[in-house]
Amino acid sequence: MSTEFDRKIHETLADAKLQLAIYTATGRLKAKRVEMVAAQVLPDYQELRAHAHAIKKHAIENLDHYLEEFERNVEAHGGKVAYCKDGTEVADFVLALARERGARLIVKSKSMTTEEVDLNERLEHHGLESVETDLGEYILQLAQERPYHIVAPALHMTRYDVADLFARRLHIPSEVVIEKQTAIARSVLRQKFLAADIGISGANFLVADSGAVVIVENEGNARLTTSAPRIHIAIAGIEKVIPRAQDLATFLKLLARSATGQALSVYTSFLSGPRRGGEIDGPEEFYVVLLDNGRTRLLPDRGKRESLYCIRCGACLNACPVYRKIGGHAFPWVYSGPIGAILTPQFMGVAHEPALPFASSLCGACGEVCPVKIDIPKILLELRSDVKKSEAREKQHRLETLAFRAFAWLMRHPRMYELAGRAAAAMAPSEDGGWVRNVPGLMNIPPVRAWLSQRDLPPAPAKSFREMWRRR
Amino acid sequence: MSKRVSLFVTCLVDQLFPKVGMAMAAVLERLGYELDFPENQTCCGQPAFNSGYRAEARAVARHFLDTFERSECIVVPSGSCTAMVTHHFAELFHKDPAALERVHALEKRIWEFATFLTGVAGVEDVGARMDDVVTFHDGCHALRELGIAEAPRRLLAHVRGLELREMEPAAECCGFGGTFAVKFAELSGAMARTRMEAILRTGARTVVSLDPSCLMQLQGALSRAGAGVRTMHLAEVLASR
Repeated sequence: MSTEFDRKIHETLADAKLQLAIYTATGRLKAKRVEMVAAQVLPDYQELRAHAHAIKKHAIENLDHYLEEFERNVEAHGGKVAYCKDGTEVADFVLALARERGARLIVKSKSMTTEEVDLNERLEHHGLESVETDLGEYILQLAQERPYHIVAPALHMTRYDVADLFARRLHIPSEVVIEKQTAIARSVLRQKFLAADIGISGANFLVADSGAVVIVENEGNARLTTSAPRIHIAIAGIEKVIPRAQDLATFLKLLARSATGQALSVYTSFLSGPRRGGEIDGPEEFYVVLLDNGRTRLLPDRGKRESLYCIRCGACLNACPVYRKIGGHAFPWVYSGPIGAILTPQFMGVAHEPALPFASSLCGACGEVCPVKIDIPKILLELRSDVKKSEAREKQHRLETLAFRAFAWLMRHPRMYELAGRAAAAMAPSEDGGWVRNVPGLMNIPPVRAWLSQRDLPPAPAKSFREMWRRR
Repeated sequence: MSKRVSLFVTCLVDQLFPKVGMAMAAVLERLGYELDFPENQTCCGQPAFNSGYRAEARAVARHFLDTFERSECIVVPSGSCTAMVTHHFAELFHKDPAALERVHALEKRIWEFATFLTGVAGVEDVGARMDDVVTFHDGCHALRELGIAEAPRRLLAHVRGLELREMEPAAECCGFGGTFAVKFAELSGAMARTRMEAILRTGARTVVSLDPSCLMQLQGALSRAGAGVRTMHLAEVLASR
């Protein structure tokens, strides 16, 4: 197991303040979602989920067709589409455009896809200023941290943390009132919006039949990002395409409810192309960057490719008893929680963090809340098998492999299984003393030690069930 | 329907909690079932399957298929082990049509204990009595893979002298998760303690579940904390009089 992953889990568990922050914030989001998908409020919730799954399945299975249709329609509206295979190509595209247009300042709205390719770092490396304008993302940019959560990026920070951060980074007196903190960020960001040359957004949906980029948000910063600067670049994963505008009727009902427990987010923007003659606002130039970054590698696998149906609502994070303990930064890549645990090994390779698919009790809460019905537990199990196959090729973890071979042999030989069980019981503490905190030296093997580090063990019964059964 | 039932007690009950198996047998016999215990039984293979060792899991699953080939009806004191057979065996044999046919036939003959009582035996009142305040812990696989929520509660509602108090929040994982409990011991322990707090808030003296593995995790944490709350399998509650 990776020591880095272990260390971060341990640090988060040991931080009582952080534990409370994560548990409270996710608990609130979780409860609001439950309220908003309840049968009295949304009677056709299960049908909507099934429908959303079917649409995504169809779109992913016909990705080439819908991407081409999307591209044709964007161009018909005067926009341009660029395909990029990775972060370098995205950065090169933005940098080339910025150079040609003499752009220096970029404003950004929230986008996990750009987090995936470290876009800000890449742009800043080339002398551009790229400012996050979503409040949570702005806070994190000041703190130089990654998003802690897909939809609530600064979920782990309290207003006191933000007060300290603003004081330090903006050189202002400490301010702990949330509304005033928001006003401070707003006044900084308003100047950036007015001065920016380029606005970069993500996309929640790419609508093939209308060539539209759809963005949902609550703060209005995405609307400003995509309309105030001269140039708008939307950066989206290729899996974001859906066939028809009418499919939004399904997805928009599910997305905000699953994410934040709202019926709809405050703003839903449909952006199709640059400003047309007679329009009073909107960008002069409109680009959509379609990013692969490993997505096409998932397509051949019939089972696991449903990972690409994800609409980034974050419901699985809030429902996950593991995420609610270890938070977002323990995860080895930008995507955290159950969806991160299935996306990371598929995008980065299983060897990136082989322990990740195992960091789950397989409770199934993620699959239960997923609005597009991704069978996350099933995919985790498949990834576990992939990890073991890869480890076998590399001849790693030989001892564990041997142990499971021995297990399988023993379980096919009932007499030996019984003898082994009785031998272990003979060594173990007997029933008389109740549950135990220590075991004799011979039994004190690593898994037993690990169990006992947290919990007591049951004593060995005088007889196994089969012995009792024979004697009754 | 014949009144003949085969017991699959699971390896955990066989080795560590035989009283659960005996209690299940007592309840079924009281209802007039004739029981048999196929002696070749061991494990369903879930530990290997959940750990990524599919070939090993398949070998154990094949042994299971052989052992219960002739059983008309199999009853199991675990939602998790039942779900392994009904929801994951098919995955293990998807390239083996002959075995897959046997798996699909088996899926229809195997029952988790509580759903067997309410669904097959058609009873909710087994004549049990237990003077106690209890809370019920939903095992995740019983709840989410098998969809079992009502059956155990209806059975508990008919136990004389018993008061059931629901936990808030409901339906959260105890943190066991098989090898997860030792691979991520500290995390698993933290999850158990969170669940324990929910148990303690109900004021119940006993936690009841369908799954011995959840009960082992919860009892382990309760015992370590000196909480003075005991755990019981539903079969043990229903066997009380």
